[in-house]
Amino acid sequence: MSRVVHRFTRTVPEWRPRVVPVRLEDATEAQLDALKVTPSNTRVSDYVLTLAHDVESLKVRSPLFNAILYDPGGMSRAERELGAIAASMVNRCVYCAAVHADRHAKLEKDGTVTDALFAKGADADLGPRDRAIFDFARKLSEAPPSAGPEDMAALRDAGLTDAEILDLILSSALFGWANRLMHVLGDPVRAEVEA
Amino acid sequence: MTPFDTTAPDVAGVRSGTGTGAAVELRGNIFEMTQAAENAVLRPVEPGAFAHDLRAALAARIARLSADEALAERHLAGAGETAAIADPSTSDGGSALPLGFVDKVANDTRDITAEDIAALRSGGMSDADIVRLCELIAFMAYQIRVVAGLRLMEADA
Repeated sequence: MSRVVHRFTRTVPEWRPRVVPVRLEDATEAQLDALKVTPSNTRVSDYVLTLAHDVESLKVRSPLFNAILYDPGGMSRAERELGAIAASMVNRCVYCAAVHADRHAKLEKDGTVTDALFAKGADADLGPRDRAIFDFARKLSEAPPSAGPEDMAALRDAGLTDAEILDLILSSALFGWANRLMHVLGDPVRAEVEA
Repeated sequence: MTPFDTTAPDVAGVRSGTGTGAAVELRGNIFEMTQAAENAVLRPVEPGAFAHDLRAALAARIARLSADEALAERHLAGAGETAAIADPSTSDGGSALPLGFVDKVANDTRDITAEDIAALRSGGMSDADIVRLCELIAFMAYQIRVVAGLRLMEADA
């Protein structure tokens, strides 16, 4: 048996789809191509198999996702993760928040920031740069977005360059997208431990 | 096509020769891929239950739910006879679409539960169409926020 995880955690849960994912043995050529299935790589997650129902979107989304989070230059990888975490907290995507908090902690070799965020939410005690980044990403993630000139000024005051600010916009906006797939199409679950 | 011809920088009014423009050029590949994503989500070869005009109307509706009339107008141009759906005050716009679900995923994402998806399935929507609809709403959430962020950068420059 498994139970749905409702609290934010850095321990990444399983993801259980609310629809039936594409079965690999039934996949079309276009789906196999987008899934990057090769004879030596036949392991595909239920999440990706779910998105394979809309193969045209999946095919363009994966490289875009990777470019926004990993392309060199601009904002550091850990700070892009902070943008992803802020969006995932606004949208309450427990799975996305876990994956990206875990990455943030590993990149920083320190879980202090994500521990504080998960314990106290927007009131967490953050350094001035992380504070400006988190607040901007959180407000941009609200619906409608509520980030304003004062939030942009706070990013400038914290020393962010144009390139870094654009990367923050892109990473938090990207999770406006990812959260609306992950949180809507499935549940974060964890196996029940036998007492 | 330059990055400035893609939807988000164009709607936000970003031009080359500014600090924001230089940052956009640095991420030109991302804006090209974002445009490819817009094409895949709004004008796919296999549209399933959602024809291109309907998708454009839904995109305009979602932009309006975030009070972005400029972005809504851009998408509305493709909505044709389905334009009534783009009015957020209509609950059906003459269609059988689950607009309540669209609005909830767009603006109250955190409140979505398994029951919302179960309701679509029991209403006869295929799993493939559920994923298509979610991709459209989710992409719009991204586009709305890229436009909003770029506008803030430009205003601050």
